[in-house]
Amino acid sequence: MDCNQVFVSKVKKVIFVFTLLIAFLSIRNNTFAQVDSTIVSPDSVVAESAHAVSGEHGATEHGEEKFEPTKVIMEHIADSHVWHLWGHTSIPLPVILYTSGGLEVFSSAHFHHGEHDYQGKYNKYRLVTGLKQSMTKDMFNKNIKVVGADGQIDEAASDTVIDFSITKNVAAMFIAIILIVIIFASIAASYKKRVGKAPKGLQSFLEPVIIFVRDDIAKPNIGHKYAKFMPYLLTIFFFILFNNLLGLFPIFPGSANVTGNIALTFVMATATMLVVNLNGNKYYWKHILTPDVPWWLYPIMIPVELIGIISKPFALMVRLFANITAGHIIVLSLISLIFIFKTLAIAPVSVAFVLFMDVLELLVAFLQAFIFTLLSALFIGMAVEEHH
Amino acid sequence: MELVTPSIGLVFWTALAFIFLLLLLRKLAWKPILGAIHEREQSIDEALNKAELAKQEMARLTAQNQDLMQQARAERDEILKEAKTLKDSILNEAKKQAQVEGSKLIEKAKIEIENQKKVALAEVKDQVSTLSLEIAERVLRGQLDDKTKQEALVANLLKDVELN
Repeated sequence: MDCNQVFVSKVKKVIFVFTLLIAFLSIRNNTFAQVDSTIVSPDSVVAESAHAVSGEHGATEHGEEKFEPTKVIMEHIADSHVWHLWGHTSIPLPVILYTSGGLEVFSSAHFHHGEHDYQGKYNKYRLVTGLKQSMTKDMFNKNIKVVGADGQIDEAASDTVIDFSITKNVAAMFIAIILIVIIFASIAASYKKRVGKAPKGLQSFLEPVIIFVRDDIAKPNIGHKYAKFMPYLLTIFFFILFNNLLGLFPIFPGSANVTGNIALTFVMATATMLVVNLNGNKYYWKHILTPDVPWWLYPIMIPVELIGIISKPFALMVRLFANITAGHIIVLSLISLIFIFKTLAIAPVSVAFVLFMDVLELLVAFLQAFIFTLLSALFIGMAVEEHH
Repeated sequence: MELVTPSIGLVFWTALAFIFLLLLLRKLAWKPILGAIHEREQSIDEALNKAELAKQEMARLTAQNQDLMQQARAERDEILKEAKTLKDSILNEAKKQAQVEGSKLIEKAKIEIENQKKVALAEVKDQVSTLSLEIAERVLRGQLDDKTKQEALVANLLKDVELN
């Protein structure tokens, strides 16, 4: 398959995205450093945060709040315990915490957007949102912290709590899964009902896609053993595609940055890695463990090949994550322009660019699902290839 | 760093949901869909092959028909030709036979006529002789009524005899 062009454009795109990301992160760090020194230092964080929140609210009402595009965008890109709809309306999502004491399940509504702490069965919890959380330089992305008896965040206790909450991304993913299951179950039913007849309706819309995955992704890359991997390839293709497309949809069922979340792409890439390596035949392992090079190159080649096992899915993970996240960031940045310039005059420009980006993202949604599936098929093909 | 740090909860739910989705879709959707598509493709292939075969069969039959037609035509021509020659020969034969027969009949008729002529001539001769005898008798009688005449006759006859 002729993928050179796609790859070249992908590489360019990934480079672009990373530049953007790095630029973004550096800006963020500066902002956070400044905010860090001004806000976090006070001893009573509860009072301070409550004050800050009420202050923010007051400011909003007076229209004097300083618009922080970074904060808005990062809040959207990151995961959340509530599903924000508009204004102050949001859907609370269930919080599930695995603590040393046991499982703790409650609604995120109890946090009142981080204004209140919640006294659970075992601990008192506080929701630490976007900015504040990164200020604590938390590596594990924990939004929910345990509050000690003194009203301070107890970092040691927080580390023992594992957050299994149904967050916005999880909920969006579930919606996508329900949608996929409903659509494909109905299609399967119409296949059973209309045996041997031409496809009709949704069936005829999705059949070419299924056949495309089979004939242009699986068959050329895997060869005659393709049938075994079809369910996996079709599932990742449609799972990524539906999540990508739902992510482009600006309100409720969509709007979550599911495929632009590293956790999801990590799982998908791991799945591909497992499928590839569990199906690798003796030629595949021979190529890795005894490569076709002079023996004295083994100390270099074997580690390189072993790294290759990890680096291929790692590239898959980063590619999908970076592409989708970049798309969301660009769209939100363009929208943010209106608020940065504080004028409606810029809106037509913004909307025009956003429209352009949305159409581009529509392409990217398909392209990324295609690339992920194609590369998975390619890696599987490399692992199951028979050498004669 | 939060952006590039996978959270355990999301990893857990994604893995769970993905495995669930994979198993569910494999059983519920991919098997029947891919099976149906495969079956349909095969049936289409089969139908196309069959159509191709039917086309070939049709062409073969048409060729055969043409052949048969040609053969039949040739045969008909042959038969017609044969019939013609047969007819001609029969006609010739008949003509010949008729001629032969005719000539035979004519011959017979001629012979008959000859015979009849002969008979008739014989009869005529007979009658002529009888008549002439009668006439002669009568003449003689008439002439020999008187003696002189008789004598003259005898004399005449004797003259003839003498001459002979």
